[in-house]
Amino acid sequence: MIRCAALLACVVFWAAVSYGNRAVELMNPVLLPTPTEVIKVGADLALDGSLGRHLLTSLGRVAEGFGIAAAAALVLGVLVGTSTPLRLVLEPMIEFVRPIPPLSFLPMFLIWFGLGEASKVAFIGYTTFFPMFVGIAASVLRVEVMLLRAAASLGCSRLDLIRHVVLPAALPGIVVALRLGFGLALFVIVGAEFIGADAGLGHMIMEGRVFGNPAQIVMGALVLGVLGSLVNALLLATERRAVRWRTLR
Amino acid sequence: MSDTGVARIQIESVRKSFGAGGRSAPALIDITLEVAPGELLCLLGPSGCGKSTLLNIIAGFIPPTTGRVLVDGKPVTGPGPERGVVFQEYVLFPWLTVAQNVEFGPRLKGVDAGERRKIVTRYLEMVGLTAHAEKYPVQLSGGMKQRVAIARALANNPSIVLMDEPFGALDAQTREVMQEELSRIQRVEPKTIVFVTHSIREAVYLADRVAVMTSSPGRIKQIFTIKLPEVRDRFAPEFTHYESELTGVVKEEVAKVRE
Repeated sequence: MIRCAALLACVVFWAAVSYGNRAVELMNPVLLPTPTEVIKVGADLALDGSLGRHLLTSLGRVAEGFGIAAAAALVLGVLVGTSTPLRLVLEPMIEFVRPIPPLSFLPMFLIWFGLGEASKVAFIGYTTFFPMFVGIAASVLRVEVMLLRAAASLGCSRLDLIRHVVLPAALPGIVVALRLGFGLALFVIVGAEFIGADAGLGHMIMEGRVFGNPAQIVMGALVLGVLGSLVNALLLATERRAVRWRTLR
Repeated sequence: MSDTGVARIQIESVRKSFGAGGRSAPALIDITLEVAPGELLCLLGPSGCGKSTLLNIIAGFIPPTTGRVLVDGKPVTGPGPERGVVFQEYVLFPWLTVAQNVEFGPRLKGVDAGERRKIVTRYLEMVGLTAHAEKYPVQLSGGMKQRVAIARALANNPSIVLMDEPFGALDAQTREVMQEELSRIQRVEPKTIVFVTHSIREAVYLADRVAVMTSSPGRIKQIFTIKLPEVRDRFAPEFTHYESELTGVVKEEVAKVRE
């Protein structure tokens, strides 16, 4: 209830400022679009199919890049978290590359992979891999040694331990890492699509700038916001299901 | 005690030092001990005497610095399902229900679902938790969790059960109830048990033999054979006699730590 009211208050505030500005012309009304203008742009683009196309294009890239990065982060995170020799070898390498702001590599990805899909997918994968890897490795490392001992004395082999103890025990941390990774993927896809893309929500926003249509920019931002909230809600629900045993009484 | 007089567990000149290269002051020295099949041996001593360390070595969680442990003639190199372990902190799998915890071992062995259900029913009945099969560990009291842990260890049908102060975290009443249950289970389904405790009463109530340990470094000071009936009365004069005899020996050790 309170959340809905707060959301509504935001929209009312935006409407009041934009319509007020239109009345008194404090600044050029074109630069501060009103809700009706934004809805109109959205409806137009939705009707001619281009909004759907941009949305699907971005989502496809996010799903692919995030999927590859999540799989890699899971495999490497579990390996590094469960094997000391591997940790000693892999961790310094990853920690060397990790602090470099991924955006600084975006031009490199464009050079390597061209303007097509591959560069966006690779960039999302590269960017989201590191926080997910760090989160997963940390939650695997934090699995209590006593749980491992208990399982080993019940007959678990090394592989059994990973499957039956490490993964379920680390699951809450793994889900959080995936949630952060997905949020980040939505973040960076827009940046990647600003530069060298012919479709996608980022491209649509950039089009709004190039053709002097701020309403389209706001509309793109709103679509991204709604998308992010939806995905986050979905992942939160998954997370709650996954750790139901923690909160029972 | 069906087997032919051969020791189930042989501990041979075990020594354990911690720290880099094992160079720090030893925690255990000269531990040589045998446990017969079906025997319940208590390791008794003041805290810090290394009794839990010795149990962890038998369990295969940590290696001895020198010496070795044999189980049924084979040297211990790591944990194994023939040595079930019950921990002081229960260490149940919190994401599994009570029933799923109990069937964890049989499931690993590939026992089929029908047989597993029978095992779960049998062991939950044994520890009196049939009504709680579908609960999760967070929903249980300490005493109930420890019953689940015991059921989980026994359901895997180990020949040896290693218990590390299993009732140490329980209140006095629950503790006595659990001792009585363990003694009853031991009569129904005898196992070779090594039981670590610092409670003299507990040792006298449960043990066939009590190995009293000295503190820093830990070694076996004296071994007492408790010649009391299977079902024991904590108020019988013979019980009290063993209690005071052991108290004298343990007190010397506690006093040594203080000096």
